[in-house]
Amino acid sequence: MRREKEEILHQENGRGSKWDRQKTGKVSLQFHYWLMVIPGFVWIFLFSVVPMVGIIMAFEDFSPSKGWFGSEWVGLENFEYLWRLSDARRVLKNTLIIAGGKLILNLVIPIIFAILLNEVANLRFKKTVQTIVYLPHFISWVILANIMSNIFGYQGVVNAVLGLFGTEPVVFMGEPDMFRQLLIGTDVWKEFGYGAVIYLAALTSIDPNLYEAASIDGASRWKLIRYITLPSLIPTVVLMGTLSLGSILNGGFDQVFNMYNASVYSTADIIDTWVYRIGLVNVQYSLASCAGLLKSVVSLILISISYFLAHKFADYRIF
Amino acid sequence: MIKNKSLGSRIFMVVNGIILSLLALSCLYPLWYTFCISVSSKEAVDAGQVLLFPIGFNFGSYKLIMRDSAFFSSVMVSLKRVVLGTLLSMTCMILMAYPLSKTKRHFKARNICMWILVFVMLFNGGTIPWYMTVRYYGLIDTIWSLILSGSLPVFNIFLIVSFFRQLPSDLEEAAIMDGAGPWTILWRIFVPCSIPVLATVCLFVSVGYWNEYFQGLLFINTPANYPLQTYIKQIVVKIAADVSYTTEQYQEMTQNSNRALDAAKVFISMIPMLMVYPFIQRYFVTGITLGAVKG
Repeated sequence: MRREKEEILHQENGRGSKWDRQKTGKVSLQFHYWLMVIPGFVWIFLFSVVPMVGIIMAFEDFSPSKGWFGSEWVGLENFEYLWRLSDARRVLKNTLIIAGGKLILNLVIPIIFAILLNEVANLRFKKTVQTIVYLPHFISWVILANIMSNIFGYQGVVNAVLGLFGTEPVVFMGEPDMFRQLLIGTDVWKEFGYGAVIYLAALTSIDPNLYEAASIDGASRWKLIRYITLPSLIPTVVLMGTLSLGSILNGGFDQVFNMYNASVYSTADIIDTWVYRIGLVNVQYSLASCAGLLKSVVSLILISISYFLAHKFADYRIF
Repeated sequence: MIKNKSLGSRIFMVVNGIILSLLALSCLYPLWYTFCISVSSKEAVDAGQVLLFPIGFNFGSYKLIMRDSAFFSSVMVSLKRVVLGTLLSMTCMILMAYPLSKTKRHFKARNICMWILVFVMLFNGGTIPWYMTVRYYGLIDTIWSLILSGSLPVFNIFLIVSFFRQLPSDLEEAAIMDGAGPWTILWRIFVPCSIPVLATVCLFVSVGYWNEYFQGLLFINTPANYPLQTYIKQIVVKIAADVSYTTEQYQEMTQNSNRALDAAKVFISMIPMLMVYPFIQRYFVTGITLGAVKG
C-alpha cells in the first residue's frame, strides 16, 4: 500500500501524471474508460448513425423489398420533383411562419414573465407560481391536443365565453385563418414557464447592491427594471436568441400532428407532418426522405452557425 | 427587496400579483377543466355547460374505464417501457459521462467522442430512414422498439458531463490514493455527489418515455402492445387527418363521441406525472440551468 502511494506520488512529480500510468490490476485505465463509453455508443450507432446511412434512399427509387443497397439509383431526380411540387413551397412557408412566430414569442414572453416574477416580494407566492407554470412543459401534446380540442371546441369554454357576448360559436380547430395563431399561442403557453427558468437564474445573479444604490438615489421601480434588470439580462437573451435560430425549420411536429386536421392543411401543414404523410401514409419513401434530408441539412448548417456565433459573442460552449 | 412604498409601487405590486396569478391559473385550469368534464354527466358536457365546476357529478366514466382491458394493457406497456427504458438509458449515460468528463490527457479519445455526440445531436437521418432501420432490425411490434428506437438523448449526457466536471478533483484523487478503481470512483463518489443532475435527467428521460406516442404509432401493429399515449392518440383524437370536415359534420361528430370518457382517460394518463412532479421539481432547476448558464 505504502509503496503504491509512493509510486503514484513519484509519478506525479515526474514527467507523466499519475493518471497516465495508473493501472488498475493489469488492464490500463484507458481500457476501462473505453468499456464505459461503449454500451452508449453501440446504442447511438444502431439507432442514430445507421439511419444516416439510410439517407441514400433520397437518391434512389427505393423499394423496401430491395433494401437500401439494392434499389435503383436515380441521382437527384427526387430533388427535382420536390422542387416542382407546389405542396413543398406551401409547407416551407407554413413552417417558417409557425416556427418564426414561436421563436420570437418563446423568447420575449419568458423574459417578461421572469421580470414580473422577479419583482414579487413574497417568496412563497413566487415559488408557487414558478412550480405551477413549469407543469405544462411536462405534459405531452397528445394529451394537450385533446384538452385543447375540448377548450377550443364547439362546446368548449372559449365558445361559451364568446357566447356571452353574443358571438356565434367558432370551430377554432378547423379554421385555417386562425389555426397558426392557435398553434403559436398554445405552444407559448406550454413553454413560457419552463423557458423563464434560465432568465430567473440570470436575475438571481444580479448584485442586490445595484438596486439598493439606485433606489437610494431615487430611481423608480420602472427605472430599476429599465436600467438594471434589462441590461443584466441582455447577454442571456442574446445567447438564447442565437441558439434558437437553429430551430427555424422546426415547426413542432408533435404539436401540429396532434392538433391539425385536413381542413387546416393549407395553413398548418409543416415540413415534418408533410414528410410523415408523404412517406408513411402515401408510401413515397424516397420523396419523403429527400424532403427530410433537405430539412436536416439546412437545420444542421443553421445550428452550426448559431453555435459558432454564440461561441464567438457569448463565449458559449456545448462542452 | 426594495423599500419603496409609494402609491404607484403598490398598484404595481397588486397588478403584478394579479397577472401572475392569472398566468398560473391558466396553467392549472386546463387540467381542472379536463377533470370536471370527466366527472360530469354526458348531457351537461354535450350541452357545453361544464365550465368551472362539474355538473351532474358522477364517476361513471372511471367505472367504464375499470372494465376496459385495452386501457389497462396500454398502461402496463407504458410502465414497463418507462422503467426498463429509464434504467437502461440512465446506466448508459452515467457510464458514458464519466470518461467524457475527463480531459483529453486522461481519456485520449475524449474529444473525438464528444464531437461524435455533438454531430449525432444536431443531425439525423430523418423519419423515413429511421423507420426503415428499426424495421430491418425486426423490432416491429416489440417493446424494444419503444425503448431503443429513440436512441440516447445526447443533450442529457452533456448535462451529466458538465456536472461531473464541476466536482472537486480532490475527491477523486483521495479515492485513488485509497486504491479505488474507475468503477468504484464512479459509483461510490461521482453518482452520490451528482444527485441533483441525475434526478433532473431521470425526470427528463422518464417523462420522455412516458409521453412518447409516435414510436408506438409507427412500430406497434397490435393494439394490445400500444403504450398509453399511443392508445389515447388512437382513441381520443378522432379527427382523421385525411378527411375534410364541414362545421356541421364536426359538430355532429363531437356530439356522438363520449367526451366525458375521453377526458377521464386523459386525466388518468396525467396522474403519474402529477404525482412524481412535486418531488422531483426542486432538483430540476439546478439541473437545467447548469448546462446553459456556465457560458
